[in-house]
Amino acid sequence: MSTDQMAHLTDAEDGASLWHDAWLRLRKNRAAVTGGAILLVMVVLAILTPWIAPYGYEAQNLDLGATPPSAAHWLGTDIFGRDLLTQILYGGRISLAVGFIATAVALVIGVTWGAIAGYVGGRVDSVMMRFVDILYALPFMIFIILLMVVFGRNILLLFLAIGAVEWLTMARIMRTQVQSLRQQEFVEAAVSLGLSPFAIIFKHIIPNALGPIIVYTTLTIPSVMLLEAFLSFLGLGIQPPQTSWGLLISYGAETMEEYPWLLIFPGMALTVTLFSLNFLGDGLRDALDVRGSKD
Amino acid sequence: MIRFILWRLLQAIPVIFIVITATFFLVRSAPGGPFDSEKAVLPEVKRALEAQYKLDLPLHEQYVAYLTDLSQGDLGPSFKYPGRSVNEILGSGLPVTAELGLYALSFALFIGVLAGVFAALKPNTRQDYIPMGLAMIGICMPSFLLGPLLVLVFGIYLDWLPIAGWGDLPGDKILPSITLGSAYAAYIARLSRAGMLEILSQDYIRTARAKGLPEWQVVTQHALRGGLIPVIAFLGPAFAGLLAGSFVVETIFQIPGLGRFYVQAAFNRDYTMILGTTVFLSTLIVFFNLISDVIAAWLNPRLRAQFKGGA
Amino acid sequence: MSLLNVTDLSVSFVTRNGTTQAVQGVNFSVERNSITAIIGESGSGKSVSCYALLGLIPQPPGRIDSGSAEFNGRDLLAMSERELRGIRGSDIAMIFQDPMTCLNPYMRIGEQLIEPLLVHGVADKETAKQRAIDLLDEVGIQNAETAMMAYPFEFSGGMRQRVMIAMALIAEPKLLIADEPTTALDVTIQAQILRLIASLQEKRDIGVLFISHDLAVVSDIADHIVVMEKGLVVEQGAPAKIFTDAEHPYTQKLLAAIPSGKAPESDEVREPLITASNLKTYFQTQSGNEPVKAVDDVSLEIKRGEVLGLVGESGSGKSTFGRSLLRLTPITDGNVTFDGIDVGALGRNDLKVLRRRMQMIFQDPYASLNPRMTVYDTLAEPLLLHNIATRSTLDAAIKSLMNDVGLASAFAKKYPHEFSGGQRQRIAIGRALATKPEFIVADEPVSALDVTIQAQILDLLKDLKDEYGLTMLFVSHDLAVVRQIADRVAVLYRGKLEEVGNTASVFDTPTSDYTQRLLAAIPGKSAA
Repeated sequence: MSTDQMAHLTDAEDGASLWHDAWLRLRKNRAAVTGGAILLVMVVLAILTPWIAPYGYEAQNLDLGATPPSAAHWLGTDIFGRDLLTQILYGGRISLAVGFIATAVALVIGVTWGAIAGYVGGRVDSVMMRFVDILYALPFMIFIILLMVVFGRNILLLFLAIGAVEWLTMARIMRTQVQSLRQQEFVEAAVSLGLSPFAIIFKHIIPNALGPIIVYTTLTIPSVMLLEAFLSFLGLGIQPPQTSWGLLISYGAETMEEYPWLLIFPGMALTVTLFSLNFLGDGLRDALDVRGSKD
Repeated sequence: MIRFILWRLLQAIPVIFIVITATFFLVRSAPGGPFDSEKAVLPEVKRALEAQYKLDLPLHEQYVAYLTDLSQGDLGPSFKYPGRSVNEILGSGLPVTAELGLYALSFALFIGVLAGVFAALKPNTRQDYIPMGLAMIGICMPSFLLGPLLVLVFGIYLDWLPIAGWGDLPGDKILPSITLGSAYAAYIARLSRAGMLEILSQDYIRTARAKGLPEWQVVTQHALRGGLIPVIAFLGPAFAGLLAGSFVVETIFQIPGLGRFYVQAAFNRDYTMILGTTVFLSTLIVFFNLISDVIAAWLNPRLRAQFKGGA
Repeated sequence: MSLLNVTDLSVSFVTRNGTTQAVQGVNFSVERNSITAIIGESGSGKSVSCYALLGLIPQPPGRIDSGSAEFNGRDLLAMSERELRGIRGSDIAMIFQDPMTCLNPYMRIGEQLIEPLLVHGVADKETAKQRAIDLLDEVGIQNAETAMMAYPFEFSGGMRQRVMIAMALIAEPKLLIADEPTTALDVTIQAQILRLIASLQEKRDIGVLFISHDLAVVSDIADHIVVMEKGLVVEQGAPAKIFTDAEHPYTQKLLAAIPSGKAPESDEVREPLITASNLKTYFQTQSGNEPVKAVDDVSLEIKRGEVLGLVGESGSGKSTFGRSLLRLTPITDGNVTFDGIDVGALGRNDLKVLRRRMQMIFQDPYASLNPRMTVYDTLAEPLLLHNIATRSTLDAAIKSLMNDVGLASAFAKKYPHEFSGGQRQRIAIGRALATKPEFIVADEPVSALDVTIQAQILDLLKDLKDEYGLTMLFVSHDLAVVRQIADRVAVLYRGKLEEVGNTASVFDTPTSDYTQRLLAAIPGKSAA
């Protein structure tokens, strides 16, 4: 019994967990780090908006009208003389809130549903997943529009409706994860040690399923924000007096010939945020790929 | 294969049934009748109207009546355009939307597959980064932003192309098709890159190289078949997305297609029109999902053989 | 003049983490009409040296630093990609390790077979097809014409490897490079494929470069053996010389690692610890289909203190049998008793108590450890669960456990991915021993490991068996390994028990036909 093959493990220091390794890999990915930083700034700005916005949200200046960017109004004003930067900050609050809250709704439903189906397996699993399959086949964009038309354009309803669409994929991913983890030998080893199902789920399955969930969550937020903006653009999402980036883009598109900045700046805000989220998500996907660090 | 198709058709039936039922009751449970908001209507006129649209019957009888009409392909009359049936309106919009969708999808497939395959051949080089960077822009630049921007640049500043209409002026189909197709070009590019990378790392690609096949033949004869299956499977969902996208694009470019009618119906609270369009579009989407699934399965020899038994 | 003469070949890989020297100044040659074998463990550079010859190493990250490879008077390493392409598949052909993944699943067999002929413009489509059919016939594929129209998934692993061989030979190459062509196959199939390669080589007068990790396999067919370790050729020569009078310590280590097949002797009569009676474990695949009878009516006793070797090829149900004993896989019929306790009848709490007494060691040390838990946590789990250690005695218990399995306790806070395969298997063994079990099912515990590591782990298991007084079911496809460790042997074939008896008697005087075939297929008999 020799320990000579240990030679390459030089120090008796603490080992590097996969999370730690993933963090190191993520840090090397410049696009993901930039994305994360921009996102952080956006979130902070959105939270602090009521205190840092240069003008009041309702403040109009009809005499001023639409003006291009200037020292007083960094991003210009709209036709009512309202400060565009202020509008974008307040719109960002709503857009980001929709993105995060609706994703959270999807996350909770989807992960629970998928984990149960995957772990219990058998008939329960096939019934639960058949239900997901059927919902999956429904044309949801049309349904959300229908809901908004029938029940009025309510922001709470919007959260629910979007969350209800996005949980399906989450459930599928979680189920696949749990199913493949269940067949792993380390889970079988835990069973043969006599661990309870509860302990197995929390100690062995969830920590290993977390990676894909984090990645997919990061990628769901932009698609939710896109959906909100899409509906708001059609006039079926966020309603005045509230505003969102989608709504601002829709106003901007109406008057873009005369006042192009009203289209371009809200568009930039949305696009940059979506970019950041997607780059961060892609970076996390690469960094958290457990298989990639196996050898 | 036939068994597979039949099996999938069987799955589609409950979906379509759920869509019809859910839509019907959703629309009927909407607060306020369709004629309430109308300028003062005489009670007897209202009653007559309600009788004409069968609104005076109990709900479940309305439902049965609707299903009966539907089974004969009759989507009922429009509330807001008296004298026109939903069938007629859909019939006039469908060819326009179909043409727009076809152009957009062809554009997306051509650009997407080309860019994805190109990128996968030299991963992590400039040949990969540039098309994939563009694809990322495509994904983050929604059609309702891209459309106005294209109009602004090519329609107004450069004045190269018409900014609205469909088939009225030469070239007026270009901007709407690109606007609608670009996001899907981006998705398809990412999908085909991932698919090709996966296949190109397979052992049998090494076998093909060991036979002395030139690289382009390795790609076209050995890699493409497997690498593009995810793209084919994506076409079903892409079709649903294109339809939804047509709502926006047809609104921006003022194109008289299904999407624009649907959005207008939504604003006008034209309930029969919403109901009819939803049922029609949903059926179409379910049908296209089915087709793309069948094609993707057919491309896999193992699946094909599995279902041959039942043919 | 040699057919292939490689001199001073060096290959390195440039990655973000620095440059790794994969092959350093390697020399070897292949003569016409002979088989040269390159032997080495994973990472020895044996495959890299051969792939480099044909330009099949992706560059970057791969880089050929120096060397020449004279083939038919021309230097392969100096050729352009275009010239190399003309040689690949026509003058030099290859067979790869895993026939399951090396054929294109989307193309018909025939299409793939004739490709080398068409690419190199050797024949038109009709002649190519005819030649393909003849060749399929020659490599032993029945109904060659129908086979041409089939897809790879319709064939078993052995059949696919025959197709691969036909595909390699179709353009009449002068040199055939075979990269571990039998590693992924069952023993009986392995023997057939080896014989096929040897006979085709002789008939066609070609040179073969045979890459393998298994000295026993090549001993039967090689004319010349090259031993590689860590990118260097440490020794080469004729098989007779290598086997009788190896000079380099690494070669000696490899030879020593070949399971010698000396069975432990013991004739004591012992009490059975575990009894399986009429055990059946079926798997329902799809509703309506016949279930797969993985274990079909097997009765078997394992006596206290013995090692029972359970052998069989893939699909024989040997792993399922082991799992059924531990109630990890639900059984369909029959019963299992452990020390007089009916295992199937236990409730949850009683089962937990019993689990402490029986443990399992798995095949894949990469999959059997939770990647997010340190060695410490992995070992602490069973100790705490079964109250074997308390918080205060935990450190000492883990230290002694790690010591028992030959791991320095300084590495307790490391994660599995920071260890090598052999080290991980030690961790997994430690976890199984933590509960001080009486019975262990070891499911192919060494088959995922390199030969020299295999020998170490087998020694460890033997030591621990005595130290802990274990009873063991040792499941393996490798008869030579089983012979080394088992007191008795049971042979499973398609879910049925073929034969059971003392190791010596089963190996020397097998009674069932299948066991005889299995034994005849063991490689390396000429060397032993």
